[in-house]
Amino acid sequence: MAPVTLLFAATTSAYLVASLFYLWAMISKREKTGRFGRWLLLLGVVLHAAVFAFRHSMVEGTPVTSLHESLSFFAWCLVLLFLLLDLRFRLSVMGAFAAPLALCLMIFSALSPDVVVPLNPVLRTWLFPVHISFAFLGNAAFALAFGAGVMYLVQDRMLKNKRFNRVYRVLPSIDVLDRVNYTCLSVGFPFMTLGLISGAVWANMAWGSYWSWDPKETWALVTWFLYAGLLHGRLTAGWRGRRAAFFSIVAFMFLLFTFLGVSLFFDGYHTFEAFSMS
Amino acid sequence: MNIVVVGLSHKTAPVEIRERVAFEPDTIAGHLGALCALPAVSEAMIVSTCNRVELYAATPDPQRARTELQQYMARSHGMSADVLYDHLYSYICQEAVRHVLRVTSSLDSMVVGEPQILGQMKTAYGHAYEHKSAGLILNRFMHKAFSVAKRVRTETAIANSAVSVSYAAVELARKIFDSITDKTVMLVGAGEMCELAAKHFVRCGVSKVLVTNRTYSRAEKLAESFGGTAVNFANFCEQLHRVDILLSSTGSPDYVIGAADLRAASRMRRYQPMFLIDIAVPRDIDPAVNKLDSIYLYDVDDLQGIVQANLKEREKEAIKAEQIIAEEVERFHEWLANLSVRPTIVALRKQLEAVRQKELQKTLSNLGTLDDHQRKALDVMSSAIVNKILHHPTRLLKQIDCDEDKLRYLDAVQALFDLSIGDPSEDIENSPEDK
Repeated sequence: MAPVTLLFAATTSAYLVASLFYLWAMISKREKTGRFGRWLLLLGVVLHAAVFAFRHSMVEGTPVTSLHESLSFFAWCLVLLFLLLDLRFRLSVMGAFAAPLALCLMIFSALSPDVVVPLNPVLRTWLFPVHISFAFLGNAAFALAFGAGVMYLVQDRMLKNKRFNRVYRVLPSIDVLDRVNYTCLSVGFPFMTLGLISGAVWANMAWGSYWSWDPKETWALVTWFLYAGLLHGRLTAGWRGRRAAFFSIVAFMFLLFTFLGVSLFFDGYHTFEAFSMS
Repeated sequence: MNIVVVGLSHKTAPVEIRERVAFEPDTIAGHLGALCALPAVSEAMIVSTCNRVELYAATPDPQRARTELQQYMARSHGMSADVLYDHLYSYICQEAVRHVLRVTSSLDSMVVGEPQILGQMKTAYGHAYEHKSAGLILNRFMHKAFSVAKRVRTETAIANSAVSVSYAAVELARKIFDSITDKTVMLVGAGEMCELAAKHFVRCGVSKVLVTNRTYSRAEKLAESFGGTAVNFANFCEQLHRVDILLSSTGSPDYVIGAADLRAASRMRRYQPMFLIDIAVPRDIDPAVNKLDSIYLYDVDDLQGIVQANLKEREKEAIKAEQIIAEEVERFHEWLANLSVRPTIVALRKQLEAVRQKELQKTLSNLGTLDDHQRKALDVMSSAIVNKILHHPTRLLKQIDCDEDKLRYLDAVQALFDLSIGDPSEDIENSPEDK
């Protein structure tokens, strides 16, 4: 097996075991078990970085062009951001969401064709890594906000309907979930904004126009407006709780479509491997 | 040696009886002395809490000790035996051991799993230890009881859930607010349950208390007891936005707080969550309020529902606890039963005989060809050595009159020769330090 494949498998296994630890910590309510999950994610994120280092040397450029690489990069951003968030909130329940999600991304990544092609000259610019890093970190933050939002709605249901089952006992207080949701939004939004700006600057350098209504651009803009609206509502109108949680879930659906749907169903600059095919 | 328990509890006696037979803390020393002076009692201990009064004794003659303890109970409180005996229960031997382990593990409590009883048992044992009325047996026994209580607590979830309305309320608050230390509680009206719940919130670190009541002076008085502020009843709704947790129990026939009040308050506090507890019947708060975002309304039935569910959970756990206790009763009783002269001497002889036989065989096979006469001589010599060694200890054990000393020797012999015919001495410590 090639070293890259081996590292990729090792990363996926680390995420798998971390997921198991986090899920077990959640079910058995043992914070200590969650600590193992944290260390494994840390191990995974380092291994994962090595994967990208290898691929970087293989394609002599930023190795995020295919669906395979994009999903894997998404997973890496997600885990990295979760670990940073975890420093502040220490919520193993969030780990039970983030780790399995990263694992799923890795599995889908492994299932999609892995082609290594030398980079198209358009992608040989320092703006490419900057652009995708911002965009994917934003995506990852919004994914975590989505997770917290879903948990909020579930816990809110439990409290309103006075159902005190296992789920109720496992989930943290709605106050914490709301704060996690907010923190993720306020981290994700600047990333997304910078992602859009860097993309526009790059487009101008490459094709002499900042904005060309490429489907990805259009959808990203729609999503950006949604998140801007949500953040505005939270900051000025005091939105929070159910409404904010619900909104962040809807916005994430748009984001998913922007990330996957557009690249798969529409033609444009952002179509996976489009650059290398042409 | 055996354990005897005589006593009464909330299960057998009403409070009028219980308060009459209770032992005052400052008289316990005298009572312990008197109990130990009873002919059949060698060690004694008194447990006296608001829910139970029990006498424990270690005795060589359980039947007689039981009668003596029953009589003592009646005599010391000047009660006629007829009245008292209806309420008294008594256990001897294994049953007594089981009873004490159950009590200490809080399985016999009014609220199963409540934590106070362990502390009360430790205090009771502390008295007995201090006044030297607890000797080898009770010392070992109570340490056993404490370690079993700990085992029950860690191995079952018997004490994990809230079983009073106040606790249930605080538990719920923790699922709404991350921490309740910086929160404000408001009391509307002054029901007893409401005050209890407020007290519990204050104990759990709530920072601010507001009190309102139709009678302002009443509110002021109550506010003072919580270190809080009194609020005028006429316009307390204007203060609602400052309130995170609201406890209401007025005698009003109508709703005191409507949905509109809360909608306004919620907007003013930028939709931060609010936890409303309506303990009043008829209710004080419009139930429609629970539909509002970030507002969680619980009435008395909801809280009782939690308590009932948790109690059921505890009962399930209690079954597991009973199994643990059954195991431990067996182990302790084995130790106790073997703490007498005959089995100890038999075991000791058996042990040494085994050693003798083993060494004899070894020597005989090493020496090779010996005639029967020589073999016999070696055999006789080795058993003579064993007998000579055992002669004095055996006589001593049979002779000692004082029970206390005898038990000490027996225990020592069993430990020194590793006779392992009883409880391995895992939890002997000689002081009740962890009380």
